Amino acid sequence: MNMVVLTKGVPDFREGQVSFDEDGHLERGETPTVMNPNDEHALEAALQTKVRQGGTVSVMSMGPPGYGDVLREAMESVYADDLYLLSDREMAAADTWATAITIATALEEMEPSPDLVFAGFKTADGETGHTGPQTCWAYGMPIVTHVVSLEIDPDEERLRAKRLVEGDIEEIETVETSLPAFVVADPEFEPSYRRAEHRLRHRDLREETRERAADHEEHMTVWDHADLNLDPDYIGLDGSPTVVSSVDPIPKAPAEREATMVDPERDEEMRQVFEEMAPLAGGE
Amino acid sequence: MTERERYEAVVVGAGPGGAAAAAVLARNDVETLVLERGVEAGSKNVSGGLLYAEESAPYAIDDLFSGFREAATERPVTDYYLHNLAGDRVETFDITDLHEHDTEWSDAVLRRKMDSWLAERVHELTRETGGGLLTGVRVNGLLREGGEIVGVTCDELDPIEADLVVAADGVNSELARDAGLMDWEEPEEWFQGVKAVVDMPEGAIDDRFGLDGDEGEAHLFSGDLFEDVRGGGFLYTNEGTLSIGTVFHLDSLVAEEAEPHELLDALLTHPLLARWLDDGYEELEYAAKLVPDSKKVAHPSPHEGRLVLVGDAAGQMQAQGPIIKGMNHAVTAGALAAEAFSEARSRNDPDAAGDLYERKLRDEGVMKKLCPPRYRAVRALAEHDPVTDVLDAVLESPVGRFGVRALGDRLETLYGSPFLSMMVPDTRTPYVTLPTVIAEELGERIGGENDVDPPDLADRIGDLTYDVDVGNPHIEVDDDSFAASGDAVTACPVSARDFGGGCYREETVRTNGDERTVVSLDTQPCVECGTCAVVADTDWEHPRGGKGVEFRQG
Ligand SMILES: Cc1cc2nc3c(=O)[nH]c(=O)nc-3n(C[C@H](O)[C@H](O)[C@H](O)COP(=O)(O)OP(=O)(O)OC[C@H]3O[C@@H](n4cnc5c(N)ncnc54)[C@H](O)[C@@H]3O)c2cc1C
Ligand code: SF4
Repeated sequence: MNMVVLTKGVPDFREGQVSFDEDGHLERGETPTVMNPNDEHALEAALQTKVRQGGTVSVMSMGPPGYGDVLREAMESVYADDLYLLSDREMAAADTWATAITIATALEEMEPSPDLVFAGFKTADGETGHTGPQTCWAYGMPIVTHVVSLEIDPDEERLRAKRLVEGDIEEIETVETSLPAFVVADPEFEPSYRRAEHRLRHRDLREETRERAADHEEHMTVWDHADLNLDPDYIGLDGSPTVVSSVDPIPKAPAEREATMVDPERDEEMRQVFEEMAPLAGGE
Repeated sequence: MTERERYEAVVVGAGPGGAAAAAVLARNDVETLVLERGVEAGSKNVSGGLLYAEESAPYAIDDLFSGFREAATERPVTDYYLHNLAGDRVETFDITDLHEHDTEWSDAVLRRKMDSWLAERVHELTRETGGGLLTGVRVNGLLREGGEIVGVTCDELDPIEADLVVAADGVNSELARDAGLMDWEEPEEWFQGVKAVVDMPEGAIDDRFGLDGDEGEAHLFSGDLFEDVRGGGFLYTNEGTLSIGTVFHLDSLVAEEAEPHELLDALLTHPLLARWLDDGYEELEYAAKLVPDSKKVAHPSPHEGRLVLVGDAAGQMQAQGPIIKGMNHAVTAGALAAEAFSEARSRNDPDAAGDLYERKLRDEGVMKKLCPPRYRAVRALAEHDPVTDVLDAVLESPVGRFGVRALGDRLETLYGSPFLSMMVPDTRTPYVTLPTVIAEELGERIGGENDVDPPDLADRIGDLTYDVDVGNPHIEVDDDSFAASGDAVTACPVSARDFGGGCYREETVRTNGDERTVVSLDTQPCVECGTCAVVADTDWEHPRGGKGVEFRQG
């Protein structure tokens, strides 16, 4: 089983990490890049398949050279065998369409060709959820989205997945498809290791990966547009049909009111609060 | 459906018993899977603990794991004292000789460090056989086919078959209970151990005990400081911490309605302890667990079909007078069970392992230590209330007091007798009356103040780490009447009368003008000691793998 997990670096939107300028625009330079949080579920799905069926896992990402760290992080969590970085100026500023073309071409370039491709549900920055389906269309393989559990039958070359219908946890359907296939793991995805041998292999893989991740660059292949035989007109900014006309910052909450500190122990001050608030209670 | 998994041997529990069994099985090329419910081996375990390597035992732990003492233990015990207390009168006996009898070495240990180190070695050894060690997996029962034991069932894994199942799952062994080999009925068959691990400033242990780095001490305490509760206290030196605790007969705790944490506090705040502790007292961990009394529960035939019990699961915990030996016997039994299986297997008769194990326990003299035949005779006579009353009355009378004075120094020698220490009857006399009289007649007043201010129960619970299995309590009260389960309110080490933050609470419910006193249970603060499995009417199980309390010291 040859598997590829697609992952993306996104700004770390966690409190204390992310930084915005005065107009509310994200300051990319100031904000660290981390692995897209939803991709973790894709990694878990791939790892479960590797542990249960064996095989190799490659992690692929398109982005600037600095994404190496994101790939190392992914390597550690999925116990990946190797890493692919699609990186080149011509690929920059791509929309989902141009990204899909680039990734699909890279997947075709891989030897041996993948049986399963995994991706997370939506990225934290773009939030479109388009890249996966478009990549499948470009590559020509079936896609199963909102996957919460996964079984592979390697002999029959089929997968059976439980998926949320309309993204609703209350409604689950089971679908089957042939391989190769593209799996989008839902945040509700739960890996399941009910055999001791699986947990033992999981432990082995963790120990093996620790060494590999220490010099992850040894296991990383970087491809540019020339390696993939891609025409710069069809990728990156030039190949992107989407035009972002403008970005509206999220309006800041007006905070011009002035705060007054009161001591709750002092009746005089508390009376003031009461008097200020009493009219509001009356609906004024 | 996929095929059932099978291993030649499944070992349940990665304490000293399980580790020893697994190591010997692996060395004999038996494909061995070890299942441990804690997030890490040791995270569920508590001992005092002095680990003994006995000269007469066929196995010691450092024979099985080289480098064990350097990597996994604290200080060796180079001096051993017994303090008889009455008020602030103290008479101290040096019992180093008793301690050294049949002892090759003895080190203080902390279980998280020790067991997790052992588990790494065990995993390496067993992985070579095609098995390995998994944590976070709780075995919840025996797998049976046509009434025969063929493996185990787990919360986290599908059923697993095996030719040998080693129940090294400790006191409150769910497997021993499932097999009908042990029950959790009689409080007099158990002790309850409670322990605090106390942080000490850099260099303080050497300074205050007068030790030099690689020396260590053990101290035992008995007398009137625990009122009439039968049992005693201990203090052992670790590398940078002290283990201070108590071990009491469970039936006595229940009868006296004593609060375990208060008994521990009585020890911590005794004037004698002021030599070693001060107002900078800092408790790292409060923990508790039941301890079987081998004299009463060591199973003479600890096996059933493919199942063998080792260590606490088989009741193989010897209280040799004041000296407690459980870990070493668990190691010996685990290794003997493994040896028995390998031999039986090489004769193509793996099912004979149980009988062979039983024979080895007898031939190697283990059973004789656990259950001295003569103790039974002593017990028949001495553990009768009228006899105890007479003995106590005599001891406390001018005659007895004269006797104690006359014996004087020879008492120390008598206390140091390994033979006598095995015969000590479970009565008030040796635990309370005699030490008190000794201290009163021979002891000196020590005076002085003890400034230790131990944390209250709420803080002790607050300092523990829990991964609560929300909505899935592991203990349920079957009969909530106070008559059936009320003893747990005091005996549970994390509950107390008039304390709302513990596990067991006494409540009054009024229905239709009727008033009933009942107990209610909240398992969240539970330290999984097993006490309420015995003293209350409960449906008692361990939490699922990785859930519940996590000890960092043990
Ligand atoms: C306060 C106190 C002081 C003590 N002092 C001493 C002392 O000084 N010296 C001494 O030798 N002994 C002492 N003991 C006794 C000693 O701790 C035990 O006898 C010893 O730990 C028994 O070892 P064992 O391997 O049988 O069981 P344990 O060490 O209890 O190990 C059992 C293991 O099985 C695991 N387990 C349990 N159930 C399951 C399940 N269902 N599925 C998977 N895993 C499971 C547990 O998590 C644990 O790791 C003391 C005990 C206490 C409480
Ligand atoms: S609830 Fe039971 S098992 Fe838990 S700490 Fe209390 S007595 Fe021990």
